[in-house]
Amino acid sequence: MSLRSYIIARILLTIPMILLLLTFVFLIIRVLPGDPASLHFEKQVDPKLLQEFKHQLGLDKPIIIQYLDYLAGLLKGDFGKSMQDYSPVSQQIFSAFPATLELAISATLIMIIVGVLLGVQASRSYNSSKDHSIRIFGIASYATPVFFLGEVLIMIFAIYLHLLPAGDRIYASMSPTGLTIGDFHLRTGLYTIDSILEGNPSKLVMSLRYLCLPSITLGTVLCGIFIRLTRGNMLETLQSEFVTAARARGLKERTVVYGYALRNAFLPILTMMGLQFAALLAGAVLTETTFSWPGLGRYLVDRITFRDYTAIQGVVVFFGLLVAMVSLTVDIIYAYLDPRIRF
Amino acid sequence: MNVERPRGRILVQFIPELTGLARRGLAGWAVLMGGTIVAILGIMTIVSPWISPYNPIAINVGPILSPPSLRFPLGTNHLGQDMLSRVYSGGGIMFQVAILSMIVCLLVGVPIGLFASFAGGHADKLASLVMDSIYAFPGLVLAIAIAAMLGPGVVNMALSIAVVYVPSYFRMIRSQVLTIKELPYVEAARMMGAKQRTALFKYVLPNVVPSIVAVATINFADAILTSAGLTFVGLGLPVSTPDWGWDLTYGRRLLTSGAWWVIAFPGLMVVLLALGFTLIGEGLSELYNPRLQK
Repeated sequence: MSLRSYIIARILLTIPMILLLLTFVFLIIRVLPGDPASLHFEKQVDPKLLQEFKHQLGLDKPIIIQYLDYLAGLLKGDFGKSMQDYSPVSQQIFSAFPATLELAISATLIMIIVGVLLGVQASRSYNSSKDHSIRIFGIASYATPVFFLGEVLIMIFAIYLHLLPAGDRIYASMSPTGLTIGDFHLRTGLYTIDSILEGNPSKLVMSLRYLCLPSITLGTVLCGIFIRLTRGNMLETLQSEFVTAARARGLKERTVVYGYALRNAFLPILTMMGLQFAALLAGAVLTETTFSWPGLGRYLVDRITFRDYTAIQGVVVFFGLLVAMVSLTVDIIYAYLDPRIRF
Repeated sequence: MNVERPRGRILVQFIPELTGLARRGLAGWAVLMGGTIVAILGIMTIVSPWISPYNPIAINVGPILSPPSLRFPLGTNHLGQDMLSRVYSGGGIMFQVAILSMIVCLLVGVPIGLFASFAGGHADKLASLVMDSIYAFPGLVLAIAIAAMLGPGVVNMALSIAVVYVPSYFRMIRSQVLTIKELPYVEAARMMGAKQRTALFKYVLPNVVPSIVAVATINFADAILTSAGLTFVGLGLPVSTPDWGWDLTYGRRLLTSGAWWVIAFPGLMVVLLALGFTLIGEGLSELYNPRLQK
């Protein structure tokens, strides 16, 4: 199969999955006991007001029409109207998304770097006490609730040592403006990148300081699986003949391990990154809540307190689409790098 | 052929099994360690009403936010509740939620996995598609959506967590059944005229059970963390129930006061409990499926 037909086939496979997912979310919000409108008001409400409220949100139409409206809206990038103030949910999602993206990217970096380095270290000293402690660290990190780790880090680094801020991002009024050339504005919403574009080192340092604890928290909790993956792959690769050959040629051990053997572990790590993306988003919801990080996760949790079911539905759908897209991208990159899997 | 099975001696057989575990290397030790942790925490939770020095939900039994002292070994929280008593009894909710969700997963995931993959064809494809779409989704986010609609309560929490983990049961069972049903002994049984049902339940199922146990224990750890997560985002139980998850949630607001003891001890308990189940699960899957650990 050529790369092109593989990509087409893979996209075609994603469509029913996304459709199923959208339907599933719709059913959760509309069909589970208690309709979202009455749940929103919690206690008694004037039936007339409730009717008006339902009408505003289109919740008074037959369920099939609601379903079709919902799908048609999504095609146009419309995630529905918020129950709180009837404002479009998509706007709120898109304004909160860059914060989540920034957190996700930096957490991924930490997760990969820590996971791979520890995994390599463990495999190099196989079955030693170092190996065992790294493995135990991996399992323990997996068993730690992300918000507990976050609270511990806040306690140590923000409250006792006063080294780093305890949460939130830079104040909105101080946030980096991004690149401005004449009338041209480029603003990503990722504060670190925006500060670089603006050419403002002090804002960059500040953004990084705010980013530090949340991304370390999220990265550490998720690194365990990469430790195991790298360790397993490296143990196998370090036994293989090309490594022995490289050693026999008198290359430094460091070059052999990082330049030759580790390169072979790259593909599984890429696959695992795709698989872990869902876990990353789930972890981000809790991390953002812990650190008051103004991203999608905190938005979701805020909406839960307001019983804003349309917004909850919107965020959940958005997360689902994001995961589907990332796994599609990872599969395509994988197919590009390793032609064997296309057959 | 009728072989007499030694029925009443399960307990006696269990003891060499335990000592045997320790002889089977790291994986065996992991199962033993995990089992011990879980057993201690389980017993602690069950006997907590008798060993707690104070009523875990009684407020103002001591000063507010008192650090660990002789009278309050783990300190008190912002309501003047004794943290030691709360730590003793705070696991109850998590155990209940995790056990209930495991039962639901077993009742739903195992049969679907068995029948769909054994039957093959369209049933298998459809079931796989549905399960894979749920599996690909961020579990906690899905559980949040369901729990937000169902409202608070142990059963509702368990149900929303179960929906997230049914696909892992399904996938594990499916991959096992697909391998096992092609094995010569199953084929032989079929050729000798065994009914589908006999082949499935008598020859395939027993060989899937170890994997089910392994996946159930690993998911048990996940379920504990997810239930703590649900509590943390405000979808947990009312304040009146002592719960490690609730202490961690409220503790976030007390961080600035420097009251580390309010979060440290409940947090460590959750870590230990999840760690215990992870160790059992990891150990079991290494013992039964050495290939997977490679």
